[in-house]
This record gives sequence, C-alpha cells and structure tokens, in this order.
Amino acid sequence: MLQLEHVNKIYGERHALNDINIAFPEHKTTVIVGPSGSGKSTLLRSLNLLERPESGLYHFDDLNVDFSKTVPEKEILQIRRQTGMVFQNFNLFPHLSVLRNVTEAPIHVLKQSPAAATSTAKGLLAQVGLAEKADQFPTALSGGQQQRVAIARALAMKPKYMFFDEPTSALDPELEAEVLRVLLKLAQEHNSMIVVTHNMEFARGVADQIIFLEDGEILYSGDPQTFFTEPTARIHDFLSAMNFMIK
Amino acid sequence: MSSSTWEIITSALPQIITAAINYTIPLTLISFVLGLLLALITAMVRLSPLRGPFQIVRGLFWGYVWLFRSTPLLVQLFIVFFGLPNMGIQFSPWTAAIITFTLNVGAYSSETIRAAILSIPNGQWEAALTLGMTRRQVLFRIILPQAVRVSLPPLSNSFIGLVKDTSLASSITIVEMFTVGQQISARTYEPLLLYSLVALIYLVICTVLTILQGYLEKWTSRYVPTQH
Repeated sequence: MLQLEHVNKIYGERHALNDINIAFPEHKTTVIVGPSGSGKSTLLRSLNLLERPESGLYHFDDLNVDFSKTVPEKEILQIRRQTGMVFQNFNLFPHLSVLRNVTEAPIHVLKQSPAAATSTAKGLLAQVGLAEKADQFPTALSGGQQQRVAIARALAMKPKYMFFDEPTSALDPELEAEVLRVLLKLAQEHNSMIVVTHNMEFARGVADQIIFLEDGEILYSGDPQTFFTEPTARIHDFLSAMNFMIK
Repeated sequence: MSSSTWEIITSALPQIITAAINYTIPLTLISFVLGLLLALITAMVRLSPLRGPFQIVRGLFWGYVWLFRSTPLLVQLFIVFFGLPNMGIQFSPWTAAIITFTLNVGAYSSETIRAAILSIPNGQWEAALTLGMTRRQVLFRIILPQAVRVSLPPLSNSFIGLVKDTSLASSITIVEMFTVGQQISARTYEPLLLYSLVALIYLVICTVLTILQGYLEKWTSRYVPTQH
C-alpha cells in the first residue's frame, strides 16, 4: 500500500502539490487526471523520488519516508526497485538492443543471471507483442513499439507498483491504442498501477480509483462512476472541455 | 632530384622514423591514456552533485583545468623540467614530458567529456534511476557509453593535437622526431628537405589516426539510424 500524508511541493511561488492526502491501494488501478500543470506528474514522480517534496509523509508498505528530512540513499533505492516507471517519451536506452534494454536492470540491479534475465525478457517482449524485435536497436522501432518495450523493461523488475506518466501522449491515435491495450491487460490482471493520462475513455474503462487534480490540490478522489456523473461544476467543465469534439 | 638528395633522404628517414617509434608515439600514447583517465575523473568530480567538504575537491579540479588551459604548453614543460628542480623536485626528461602532456591533455579532454555527459538527455538518467540503478551504475552503464559517441570527434582532435605537441619535448632535451630532423638539417644544410620529411611523418601518423577515428565513429554510432 502506498500512502501520502500532507505532502507539499513548492516550485518558487507555485504550490505544485498542496497538502496531498491519498492512498493507492494494491492490485488496483488509480488514474490521475487534471489540466496541464495541475501537478499530476509531480505527484507521480514524488512516489519514486524523482521529485522531492518539501514536507509530508510517504508510506510504502513498512517503509516510512519523511520528506522534510534527508531521505537515505538506501531507502530511495529500495522504493525505486519496487516501483516501475513508464515515461511519456519512452526513454529507452538507445545504445542497447531491445532485449538488453529489458535485461540490463535485472542483471545489474537484481543480480539475476544473464540466462534467467534473457528468458524473462523474451517472455515479456512476447507479452507486449514484440518478440521478433529483441535484437533491434530502439530507434528502429515505432513510438508505440518503443513504449511497449519500455513497459516490458519496467515489468522485468517485477515491481509492486507500476507508474505510467502520460504513456500515450507522444503517440498518434493508432499507436496509442496498441499501448492502451497492453495497459488494459495489465489492469485486468490486477497489477497495482498508477496512471497519469489525458485519455478520459481509458480512465473510465480501467480506473478503480480516479484522482482529479488542479493547482496541486486533489479536488476529487473516488470511484470513476461518480466522477463521470460530474459531481461538481469544476469536474463538469473539465470533462466538457476534454470532450468538446463529441458534443 | 640529385643523388646526394636521395642519399640524405635514405639515411635521414630511418633515423626520423626510429625517433617516432621510440619517442613521439610512446610519448603520445602514454600521455593520452593517462590524460583520458585524468579527464574522466575530473569531469566526474566537476559534475558530481555532492555538497559539503566535497565542494573543496571540486574547486581544486576546477582550478587545475583553469590553470592548464590558461598557460602555454611550452611554458608548462619548462616549469616542470627546468623550474621545479629549484624546489628540489627533479624529473627525468621523459617523466617531465609525460607529466606535463598528461596534465595538459587531461584539462582539455575533461571539458570534452563533461560536455558529452551533459549532452545525454536527462530522461536517460531518470529511466535508469527508476530501474533502481545507483548513480555510479547509471553513469557507467547508460550515460558514458552514449557520451563516448558524442566525445569521439573532439577527443580525436585532442589526440591528433597531442601527436604534434610532443615536438615541444625537443625543448627539454628529448631526442624525438623534430630534434632528429633539426640535427640532420644542421649537418647537411638541407632544412627544407629535413623539416619536410619530419612533417611528412607527422602527416602519416595523423592520417592513420584520422582513418581510425572514422572507423570508431562508425562503430559507436551503430545504434543511430541515419547519419547526415
């Protein structure tokens, strides 16, 4: 179980995260939505300490982090080894083959044998439909394929939680669909996931919990059914703006 | 060409080449390898985010780069070989040359390596860190292998530059190629011929290095799709 208590992050004048209190249950998919600059990514990136909030508490199972103190390197590594991250821009390692992108961390971080890591990696690549691309360099792949490799790379670490930071925002609709299918499958297998996205259709379909963020504040957290009935004027405005083409 | 000219060439050329093999080439290779090592350490220290007392170390390395980039190589050679004995520190010509060339090429190359490391997108660091790698692992497994490709052309500049800079070692009594040419020229009164021969050997060495650079660039860029 991941939980944040009274978490604050300030960039200069801006309150990027304003007294965040939220839990991310295991084996559930939490989708974070909200307008650009609302703090969605900052919130997600605080969970693996790519961002360091100024204050607040972070509970990761039995591990308790106090953001107002220096976080020991050991605890940071411990959290990162149990969480996987998929980025908007894929961030595959261009100098390594697709297969080695997936095996690099299991071999050098988890100290798996190359043979074991390779066989796991091949299984994961098959799972995301890219078994035949194992020996290619990432630049030879389409954006959607690169993102699926990135998902396999994160899964290879067998993380407790998977974080997705706008995983389809850099993709055109066709490629977006192939990545969303992988995400949907992961959600249906009851992985613990936290997804930042602008895709409301996807949010409606896979979320067990929705968080609506604006100006660093959580304006809604709860089940998706209620969220999509537009319980507040602000949520109504937000959802209308996202769907203006259909209406 | 007169027969005497041929005689001078055939007798001078082996002597110049021998000097290249005994002095110019080993001096370059040893200084460059040590210099690269020093450059890598310097770049890493200067990029380290560590605070506290470590900032003094970072300041020292900054000072080193500043000093060696801001004074002429010839003056540095003279200070190390002729100057330091006044302080009781005496080096053989070889040691003095290697120390000076290493420090000099290390200062310049550290900036090349630092720039190459900084050119790798931050997303590479983040992706590797979120996989649980330590900063050291990220640097050696993810960042430096990519930085090699970026730094290869400017490092080749330094390497080729160093080949020619070793001619300055003649001024601290090392009988390298240039000195040999000078001596034969003084004997035969053929400065144009002798210095041209010396230039020719430098040209050959640097051409080989240029070709080698081409191969290395191709190999380190194998993961980059199109080369313009």
